[in-house]
Amino acid sequence: MSTTAFDTHGHGHDHAHGHKPTGLVPWLLRWVTTTNHKDIGTLYLSFSLLMFFVGGAMALMVRAELFQPGLQFLNPVRFNQMTTVHALVMVFGMIMPAFAGFANWMIPLQIGAPDMALPRLNNWSFWLLPFAATLLILTLFLPGGGPAGGWTMYPPLILQTGDAFPFLIFAVHLLGVSSILAAINIIVTIMNLRAPGMTLLKMPMFTWTWLITAYLLLLAMPVLAGGVTMLLTDRFFGTSFFSAAGGGDPVLFQHIFWFFGHPEVYIIILPAFGIISEVIPTFSRKPLFGYAAMVYATASIAFLSLVVWAHHMFTTGMPLAGQLFFMLTTMIIAVPTGVKIFNWTATLWKGSLTFETPMLFALAFLFLFTLGGFSGLMLAIVPADIQYQDTYFVVAHFHYVLVPGALFGAFAGTYYWLPKWTGHMYDEKLGKLHFWLTAIFVNVTFFPQHFLGLAGMPRRIPDYSPQFTDFNMISSIGAFGLGFAQLIFVYVIIKCARGGPKATAQVWEGAHGLEWTVPSPAPHHTFSEPPEIK
Amino acid sequence: MTTIGFSADRARGRALGLLGTLACLAGSPAWADYKLNMPEGVTTTSHEVYDLHMLVLGVCTLIAIGVYGAMIYAIVKFRKSAGAKPAKFSHNTTIEVVWTVIPAVILVALAIPAAETLIRMNDTRNAQLTIKVTGYQWRWQYDYIDDGVKFFSVLDRKSNAARQLNSGIDPNTVENYLLEVDKPMVVPVNTKVRLLVTGADVIHSWWVPVFAVKQDAIPGFINEVWFTAREEGTYRGQCAELCGMDHGFMPIVVRVLSRTEYDTWLASQKSAAQTSQNAQP
Repeated sequence: MSTTAFDTHGHGHDHAHGHKPTGLVPWLLRWVTTTNHKDIGTLYLSFSLLMFFVGGAMALMVRAELFQPGLQFLNPVRFNQMTTVHALVMVFGMIMPAFAGFANWMIPLQIGAPDMALPRLNNWSFWLLPFAATLLILTLFLPGGGPAGGWTMYPPLILQTGDAFPFLIFAVHLLGVSSILAAINIIVTIMNLRAPGMTLLKMPMFTWTWLITAYLLLLAMPVLAGGVTMLLTDRFFGTSFFSAAGGGDPVLFQHIFWFFGHPEVYIIILPAFGIISEVIPTFSRKPLFGYAAMVYATASIAFLSLVVWAHHMFTTGMPLAGQLFFMLTTMIIAVPTGVKIFNWTATLWKGSLTFETPMLFALAFLFLFTLGGFSGLMLAIVPADIQYQDTYFVVAHFHYVLVPGALFGAFAGTYYWLPKWTGHMYDEKLGKLHFWLTAIFVNVTFFPQHFLGLAGMPRRIPDYSPQFTDFNMISSIGAFGLGFAQLIFVYVIIKCARGGPKATAQVWEGAHGLEWTVPSPAPHHTFSEPPEIK
Repeated sequence: MTTIGFSADRARGRALGLLGTLACLAGSPAWADYKLNMPEGVTTTSHEVYDLHMLVLGVCTLIAIGVYGAMIYAIVKFRKSAGAKPAKFSHNTTIEVVWTVIPAVILVALAIPAAETLIRMNDTRNAQLTIKVTGYQWRWQYDYIDDGVKFFSVLDRKSNAARQLNSGIDPNTVENYLLEVDKPMVVPVNTKVRLLVTGADVIHSWWVPVFAVKQDAIPGFINEVWFTAREEGTYRGQCAELCGMDHGFMPIVVRVLSRTEYDTWLASQKSAAQTSQNAQP
C-alpha cells in the first residue's frame, strides 16, 4: 500500500487532496484540466449516465409512437431521427464511455499502477466526448432535421440527410478519435505500468477483457472513420465509392461498416464480461472457474469477431460461398461464448452465494445474455436469418445482448465498485428495488419483440398493421417502466456519494485483488509506490 | 374385412374431426390475432426454413433447460444463507474439454441441414416466369419482362389517408391497414418465379414472409431470387430495409392465381398496355 494513500486517508474528502476548489470557475477548471485517472473515470461515468437518459428519452418517444397503430406523436421523419440518434447516443455516448470510465478507475487500481500511462491524452480523450455528443444531438435542430438513415448510415439513403450530414460525420470522427486515444492509453498502461510480479496471466479478468477490447478498438474504429470519410467525399467531393452510377458499390459501405460494427459488438460486451467475471467470484466466495480458459475464450471471441461481419448482410445478395463462410464462422463464436457461460456457472457451483445488488445484476446478466446468445445462434442459420433479418426479432436479439448484457454489466460494476469510489455503502434496499424493476421491465419490453419479428413486423417502421398491436403495447409499457426505474439508480448513486455507512477497504467479504487493498474511498493518488504481488 | 374397413374409416373420420376442431381453434379469430411464431408459408422453401427455425429453436430450448437448470440449482443449493461453504476448485480440464467439444458437434449438426437449404435457395435456374422488381421511394415496380407488362404498386388510398399524423381515422377500421396496395403483383400457382430485384434510388428490401423471400433491392445491382407458390391466395409483405420517410408505407401484395386466371389477367394487362400505347400521340 502506498504511503500517499495512507496520508490522504485522514482528510474529510479525498478528492480534494489539499486543493479543494472553491467557486464555480476553479471547480470547473479542476474537472476540465484534471489528468487523474479517478477524476477522468468519474467524468466518463457521469457523462455516460447523462447520455443514458438522453438516449433513453429518444427510445421512449419511439415506444410512445409505437404504442398503438396510426401516427400520434411523431411524423415518420422525426421517428427515423429518433431511432437513429437513440442508437448512436446509446452506443457511442452511453455504453462505450461507461466502460471507458470503469477502465480509467479500475485498471490502474487492479494492476497496481499510480495512474494511466498517458494522463494528458486521457484528459483529451474524455473531453472530446461532450463536444462530439453535443454536435450529434444538435443536428436534430438543423434544417432538414437530424440523421434519419439509421445508425448504420447506409448509403445512398444517408446521403439524403440534410444539413446534419457533415455534422454527423464529424461527430462520428470525434467519437472515434476519443475511443482510439482511450484504447491506446489502456494498452500502454497495461503493458507498461503493471506492478512488479503482476504477470499477464495474473491480471484480473476485467483488465484482461479491456486489454483485448482496446486492441479491437484500434482495429475497428479507423475502419469506421475511413468508411464515413468516404461517405463525406461521395457527398461533397464528387467521389463514387458507394454510387453504382459512378462505378462504386453501395454494399461496399456495408462491408466497411460491419467490419467495424461486428467487433464493435464485442467492444461493448467484453468489458461487461470482465465485470461479471469479477462480481460472480466475489459473491460466490470462490475463485473464477477456468481463469486461463476465460482469457483464451475472450481472445478467440475477439479474433472471430473480425471474420463474421457479413452475417449482418445475408439479404444483400452475397455469393453462396460467402453465405456459407459467414454462417460457419458466426456459429463457431457460440463455442467460446458457451465456454464463458459454463465457466461462470461452474464458478457458482459449490460456492457460498449471497445476493447483493451487483450479484443480482450479474446473475440476471447470466440468464438474459444467454437468451440473447440463443437468438444469436438462430440468426446465424442463414435460411432462417433471411426471415429474421430487419425484423423485430433482430431488435429483440441485440437489445437482449446490449441491455441485460452490456448495460447490466455496467450496473453490476457500478454497484460493485461504488463503495470503493465514494467510501460509502449504497442503499442496498433501493439497489435491489432498482434491480427487480429493471429486470422485470427489460423482459416486458424486449421479450414480446421476438414474437413481433417472427409474426412479420419489420424494424424501423413508425406505424404498423393492427395485428401487431398487443405486443407493441406490452413492449411500450415495459419501456416506460424500464425508463422510470432508472431514476432510482440515479438517486442511489447521489445518495451514496453524499453519505451512508462507511465502507471498509475490502468492502465485500469475498473480494480479492489490489483495488480492495486501498482504502475506501480510494485516495486521489494510489500505488505511488508499487504494491507487492504475492 | 368390411367391418374392419368400416372401423378404420370411422377411426380416420374421428381423427380428421379432431384435427378439424384443432384447426378451427387455431384458425378462430380469437387466436388469429396472436401470432407468436414464424409462418410456415406457402412455398417449399418457406416450409424448409420454418423447419430449420423450429429445429434450432428446439435445440436452443434443450440447451437452455440444461444451462438454466444448472444455474437455478446452483443459486438455490449453494446459498450462504443455507449454510453453503465455498469449495476451493478453480478448474477441471476434462469438463472444460467436454463443454467445448459438445457445442461444436451440435453446431455442425445444425450447419448441415442449413447449408442444404441454402444451396437450394440459391438455385435460380429453370425459372418459368421472370419479373423485374424495382424499389422506389416509396413504391414498387413490377416488370414482366417477357410479356411487356409493367406497373407501379403503391399503398392503397384508405391506408394512406389513415396513416397521416393525427388523421382521426382509426387504423382498426381500415381493412389490411398498411398491407394493401392499389395494384398487386400477380403470379401463377406452382410456377417457379424468378425475381430480378433492384433499387432505383436507395436500398429497399422485398419481403414476403410466407414465401421466405427477402432480397435487398440495391441501386445499380440486380439480385436474383426465386419462389414457387404452392397455394393460391393473396399474400402480403413489407419493405424490410430502411429507405427513408415512408419506409413503413410501401407494402407488397402478391396474388397467386391458377394458371388460367393468370393467363386471363396477363392478357387483360397486355391489351391495356396496348391501348395506352396507342392512345399516346
